[in-house]
Amino acid sequence: MNYLELLKLAAPEALLALTALVVLALGLATTRGPGICSAVAAAGILCASAAILLLPEQATLFRGMLVISPLTSLFKIICLALAFFTVILARGSCTPRHRGEYLALLLLATIGLLLLVGSEELLMIFIGLELTGLSLYVMAGFDKTDQRSAEAGLKYFLFGSTASAFTLFGLSLVYGMCGTTGLGAIGEKVAAGPVAPLMTAGIVMTLIGFAFKIAAAPFHLWAPDAYQGAPVPSAAFIASGSKVASFVVLGKIVLIAFGPAHGSAAWHAMVAGWAPVLAVLAALSIVIGNLVALAQSNVRRLLAYSAVAHAGYTLLGLVAGGRDGFGATLFYTTTYAFTLVGAFAVVAMVRHETGGDEIKNFAGLSSRSPLLSGCMAIFMLSLAGLPPLAGFFGKFYLFSTALRAGGNHGLLWLVVLALLGSFISLYYYLTVLKAVFVDDPEPGILKLATGRVRPIGGPETSSLISLDFLQRISLISLAAVVLVLGLLPGSFVSQIAAALSSLP
Amino acid sequence: MIAWTIYITFAGAIGLLLMPRFFARWIALATALAGFVVSLLAFFEAHNTGTFATIVRLPWIPTLGLEYHIAADGISLTLALVTGLTAVSAVLFSWDVEHRPNEFFFWLLLVIGGSYGVFLSADLFLLFVFYELVIVPKYFLIAIWGSTNKEYGAMKLTLYSFLGGALVFLGIAATYATAGSLDLQQLALYKFSLPFQTWAFPVMFLGFAILAGIWPLHTWAPTGHVAAPTAGSMLLAGIVMKLGAYAALRVAMNLFPDGFQIWSKWIALLGVIGIVYAAAVALRQRDLKFVIGYSSVSHMGFVLLGLATANALGVGGAVLQMFSHGVIAALLFAVAGRMIYRRTHTRDLDALSDMRLARALPFAAFTFVIASAASMGIPGFSGFAAEITILLGAWKAYPTAVLITGAGMVLVAAFTLRALKKTFFSDKYRGVRLPQGRVQVDDDWDEQSELCVPITAAEKCGALLLIFATLAAGLYPKLLLDRILPAVEAMRFLK
Repeated sequence: MNYLELLKLAAPEALLALTALVVLALGLATTRGPGICSAVAAAGILCASAAILLLPEQATLFRGMLVISPLTSLFKIICLALAFFTVILARGSCTPRHRGEYLALLLLATIGLLLLVGSEELLMIFIGLELTGLSLYVMAGFDKTDQRSAEAGLKYFLFGSTASAFTLFGLSLVYGMCGTTGLGAIGEKVAAGPVAPLMTAGIVMTLIGFAFKIAAAPFHLWAPDAYQGAPVPSAAFIASGSKVASFVVLGKIVLIAFGPAHGSAAWHAMVAGWAPVLAVLAALSIVIGNLVALAQSNVRRLLAYSAVAHAGYTLLGLVAGGRDGFGATLFYTTTYAFTLVGAFAVVAMVRHETGGDEIKNFAGLSSRSPLLSGCMAIFMLSLAGLPPLAGFFGKFYLFSTALRAGGNHGLLWLVVLALLGSFISLYYYLTVLKAVFVDDPEPGILKLATGRVRPIGGPETSSLISLDFLQRISLISLAAVVLVLGLLPGSFVSQIAAALSSLP
Repeated sequence: MIAWTIYITFAGAIGLLLMPRFFARWIALATALAGFVVSLLAFFEAHNTGTFATIVRLPWIPTLGLEYHIAADGISLTLALVTGLTAVSAVLFSWDVEHRPNEFFFWLLLVIGGSYGVFLSADLFLLFVFYELVIVPKYFLIAIWGSTNKEYGAMKLTLYSFLGGALVFLGIAATYATAGSLDLQQLALYKFSLPFQTWAFPVMFLGFAILAGIWPLHTWAPTGHVAAPTAGSMLLAGIVMKLGAYAALRVAMNLFPDGFQIWSKWIALLGVIGIVYAAAVALRQRDLKFVIGYSSVSHMGFVLLGLATANALGVGGAVLQMFSHGVIAALLFAVAGRMIYRRTHTRDLDALSDMRLARALPFAAFTFVIASAASMGIPGFSGFAAEITILLGAWKAYPTAVLITGAGMVLVAAFTLRALKKTFFSDKYRGVRLPQGRVQVDDDWDEQSELCVPITAAEKCGALLLIFATLAAGLYPKLLLDRILPAVEAMRFLK
């Protein structure tokens, strides 16, 4: 084993760690801190992405602890892109003090995501989970002046650590039964004979831990408070980056390690295995997430419950199983992550301008900022699954894969449920858009951050929200991603398919 | 060439967002006119209208085998033509939109472009993309520029459409999972198993038929039409309801002929109930737009009945009725929404009957008389040509249905004449000013009566265009039927 080679193959992670330290030091050292810290963090992320592009096509270190393949490279870059947008978001919206620490935590969480994505070994996966989790707990509770933020941090931490305990317990059972921590080796052991009861317990506990990470019902209870209370960039990153990486790992674990214990979730032919477990999680998430979201008046809370529902849709691909199903899941979760970061970016700007993120704070947004409202429309409609946006194609891909997989339309029940759910979801997304485009702003809502009240009832252009260049560019590029992935999803789909070709 | 209708319309929509508001209506008019001219030229140039001939075919999502595939036959061309026609007059009838005009025409053009797209798509996925693309613009058109309970109407209409969309989505995903392709030309040759057709056909047909206003899922139509701004009602009743009927024919019936066989009598039943029920309800409405809204449901019942006959005459008549109703509904809503409501700010029939509008607005009265005559099915207008063809077709398949429908047509005549008399030709004239307290008057009404505002040139152009179309189709239906019938005869369910 050659440490130089390790350093070469782990260059992205190493670069990020270095950047995190530099940002931390800069934040402490300079008084002009915030701007420089953001710039350095962004530059570090870009360098790490470049380093990923320079990696060899295929490599495996330490029996799967660090795996480099087209799949891991693709999703490492996606995680880095999400982190990049979060850095831009963090620059504008919150925490001018302690910016360095905040960004350092963000970078550490990103390293965790890269480890998660790029590992096929239980120990390493757990370390990745914990690194991400611990950084995110702090990020959620970072706004010390806000009680809600503290609440979000504490809830996220308590639920998260319990879930981690479940995962660790499950993983140790799996290790105990199989005597190995490599995913591939576990898969061979599972395939060799009938699944032992303890192994079943291990599988279920592992799944529970991940169900927490992806906020699937009934393990979603932390999500509404975390999404609502945490500083906006933290919430955006929890909802996007953490979720994408969790789905990648979950997919790899269930397909590679537990693959033979698939079972069946077909309506008349349920067979015990992890697929029915995920199917039940998906069904519960779709129903609970959509129904509860109907009653929300806070946009971030609404997004949280809708995130629960979307976790349900995304699980459909895994329930369907196989490369196709996993591909559909990956496509959906990626588009969802970019959409959600965009939505949170809009929320952050509205919050900055009006001091709140209730639906009524969005009233009349279209007359104040056509750009913000246009982007919000794109994000919301993509979440609702309307063409020609990415969410629509993602749903089509997922549902058609699920229908094909069950054999004789066995998963029809789940697809019907998901379609019903997305029908319900249009209502609450439209409620937000109605506020944006139809309603007039409530008097007094347009308080600036400085406390000055803007006049109401003047000409429509009297109170335009001013966005600086970077915010503008990042919003437009996020909206463009959502639009392009909807209009021309072909190349991304085939990229995912090619990356998955090595999986069983 | 016909594919350019789609590109022109979407280009115009995007152009609108970048232009200052002064140009908005001119850009919209130019776009709609260009689309209309293209569809007209394509309609008259077409020779072999029996085949669903490919016009553009490009790979779109090669991994999944989805294509950007545009094709047209006689049915598509006819419906593209009525889309262009209605689009031009809808823009003319919204000439006075001052509130956020760019956005208004943007959404309007999205509806129009999406409709062209649905009529011309030869790939089921593409068709569905266009089909769903129409949903959201409708919401904003109604919720922002509408009147009378607009937010309720907008949400109701959108959710009904999306419910239909979800059913269709299910059908499409299942079709794709079964056949492995979504190309309509290929699927039209694919043999689906009978059990699959038995459940997939009703799912798909019902999903589309919700948009066509099938009873008992029709209630979105009157509510939505009433709440919509004039151009919105014209497009909704004129084109959007046709999207559902067209797609039901092109997709559900043509792909699943055996399923259609099993379910066709139920479709006929629902169609007949729709004709009679909606006509009876229309007879009792106080709001002029509700009368017209229910008349749309009643007329769309004819389309469903025609489709259910499963013979060339009935189905061809249904397509002719789609054209005819597109024109007539647009004309009726134009009179009710733009010519009357914008001037009187009430649509209450009793209130209108106090105004004797025939004297104040003679052109409106003239237009409404023609539209009513066409709607009642007086010979010489397109409504007669279409309905008689449908009934001839239905006579072969469901003789009883024809008898019941005959009774329904009496009701249609009754409510149309009632509305006509109350609106324009009432004998109890009590002056133009409204008796306050009795009449529901909308918020934007001011004391200054606008009745003296004469009918503008834009309104006249729009109305004359539609009147010409209904007369042309009524006096010489062969022009349309020559193109429709070969296409219908090529459909699979006839064999």
